[in-house]
Amino acid sequence: MNAPLIGNYPDATGHFGPYGGRYVGETLIAALTDLEAAWREAQDDPGFMSEFRAMLKHYAARPTPLDFAARLSDHIGGARIYLKREDCAHTGAHKINNVVGQGLLARRMGKRNVIAETGAGQHGVATATIAARLGMSCKVFMGAEDVRRQAPNVLRMRLLGAEVVPVTSGTSTLKDAMNEALRYWVAEVEHTFYIIGTVSGPHPYPAMVRDLQRVIGDEARRQMLEQVGRLPDLLVACVGGGSNAMGLFYPFLDDPCAMLGAEAAGEGLDTPHHAASISGGSPGALHGAMTYLLQNDEGQIHEAWSISAGLDYPGVGPEHALLHDLGRVQYQGVTDREAVEAFQLLCRFEGIIPALESSHALAAAIREAGKRPKTDAILVCLSGRGDKDLEHITAYMKANP
Amino acid sequence: MNRIDLTFTKLAAANRKALVAYLTAGDPDFDTSLAILRTACASGVDVVELGVPFSDPTCDGPVIQAASERALRAGMSLSRSLRLAAALRETVETPIVLFSYYNPLFKYGLARIAEEAASAGVDGMLVVDLPPEEAGPLADALAGRSIHLIRLAAPTTRPDRIRMLADGAGGFLYLISRTGVTGTGGLDYDEVARHAALVKSLCPHPVCIGFGISHGNDAHALAPLADGIIVGSALVRLIAEAPAGADLPGLVAAKIRELRDGMDASCVS
Ligand SMILES: Cc1ncc(COP(=O)(O)O)c(C=O)c1O
Repeated sequence: MNAPLIGNYPDATGHFGPYGGRYVGETLIAALTDLEAAWREAQDDPGFMSEFRAMLKHYAARPTPLDFAARLSDHIGGARIYLKREDCAHTGAHKINNVVGQGLLARRMGKRNVIAETGAGQHGVATATIAARLGMSCKVFMGAEDVRRQAPNVLRMRLLGAEVVPVTSGTSTLKDAMNEALRYWVAEVEHTFYIIGTVSGPHPYPAMVRDLQRVIGDEARRQMLEQVGRLPDLLVACVGGGSNAMGLFYPFLDDPCAMLGAEAAGEGLDTPHHAASISGGSPGALHGAMTYLLQNDEGQIHEAWSISAGLDYPGVGPEHALLHDLGRVQYQGVTDREAVEAFQLLCRFEGIIPALESSHALAAAIREAGKRPKTDAILVCLSGRGDKDLEHITAYMKANP
Repeated sequence: MNRIDLTFTKLAAANRKALVAYLTAGDPDFDTSLAILRTACASGVDVVELGVPFSDPTCDGPVIQAASERALRAGMSLSRSLRLAAALRETVETPIVLFSYYNPLFKYGLARIAEEAASAGVDGMLVVDLPPEEAGPLADALAGRSIHLIRLAAPTTRPDRIRMLADGAGGFLYLISRTGVTGTGGLDYDEVARHAALVKSLCPHPVCIGFGISHGNDAHALAPLADGIIVGSALVRLIAEAPAGADLPGLVAAKIRELRDGMDASCVS
């Protein structure tokens, strides 16, 4: 394997091998080239980057801890499990890292209005948070179905001063929220900055969001070496759009570490009810990028399905598509049931209530830990906390005793 | 000669402008859609844009989104859109442009779509979310066939890029009149005139203006600025809003005559 080359994507045109690119209407091209140039300049500006780092430290509460899950590891009896505690970050998930960066970039570009799409509401809350902090107006597009399912986060966004726009087109879920955000952006492109919440969308978003999220992996790599004295044998993260996974994996791509992306298998990959775009989908173009999608033979996009609203998306970031094809990362499905079991184990054995999204990563890690010796170390991205999911999980446990 | 080129050559010779009509394939169902298309071609439409319905039409406003949903619910797909094009081609010589998002074409197979579109009598393809930077594979698949890949320019497109788009354009250049998605209204005639003049000065091919054109008045104001106008949502809306049992082909034909009259009133010399 030619590892050192793997992290060098995207190429100058925004492609990750055959994936990525810029599949958008002509009206947005100028905005995307402007964004690409502004982001390149900002990255090279020490003042911008030090403001970004300072805000992550003082506002977002970074670095987040690396935490050894001793009782959980003993219970499984295999490899040792370490948790990268993104649930400890401000707003309760890794999503804040990305919005701090894009919020500062929006301000630098002189844009006073930000928009975002959200499914579970975590990215919407994070965007509303940064908009309040930076004094910008904020509109969050959210599927009407999700507005109903994620009422606490809708309330949070409104308290933070954001306008939540319920989207009733298509299936009224995350993909439709992203459709509507793109439509709004096309109309208001001159004054509006679109803060995309994951490593998907047209170039430069996949690379930009990865670069803003790599702080997860940079910290975790240093913490593993300092606290454990070695690198992990395996990294595990859940994959919705794939931003917490790219953030964790990216700084380790050249290391001899195996990597596992946990996709939401819903009721099972052999049913139509899942959200596993790589394990159960095929290549195609959606929301600006070529990647793996859930779709039928004639290219119509399927509705995704998962107990976890944050994984309920029929696509995946294009860099994951490439890492899958190259064999650098393995992608496996985790069902609703497995995720809920892992959720309960973490609550009982470690006193941590994880997000349902993160519970998919935990379930995959637990599965792997059982197959590996105690001398192995597994690093899991605990991408968020589960407060938002309590009502959901209680209902699930009642219906599936 | 490609039917699109032939049409623009004839129109130019007669000092007339092109009326390009967008309709979603299979809206509200296959047979009615075919009847509407035939009537439209007989009522003054110079070029048909046949929209392939897509589950996630991010460049479209509510009117065409709803048409896409109606057509998909009625079982429409890319393969059936091609059958509709072929059926229309049996009775008319009007140029047909297949209007699509990229994913249905990509998933179907580019070589396959190129071949089947050619045998259905399609003369052009317009892929709304496929800028030239990503269009290489489709352009390769269409090479050697008499199918133009139609390009779009937007109000946000800067002169260098307009030149690049114009240089590679086939058939005609689709000039988007205003920022935003498809839909009726929101036109600022002066703004459109300014941008259209710039684009016309840089483009050696016919230029047609679309997005937001709803009435004879719009047609009257915009037709003189370019080589043609494109009307979509204003026609599709008639299908959505007609009472059950209405004569849909007749309603669409009346609207087309209104637009045609508006254009001709401002463009006869
Ligand atoms: C806690 C948490 N983890 C993971 C995700 C999935 O996103 P991504 O795959 O981009 O990390 C979400 C999305 O809402 C989330 O809230």
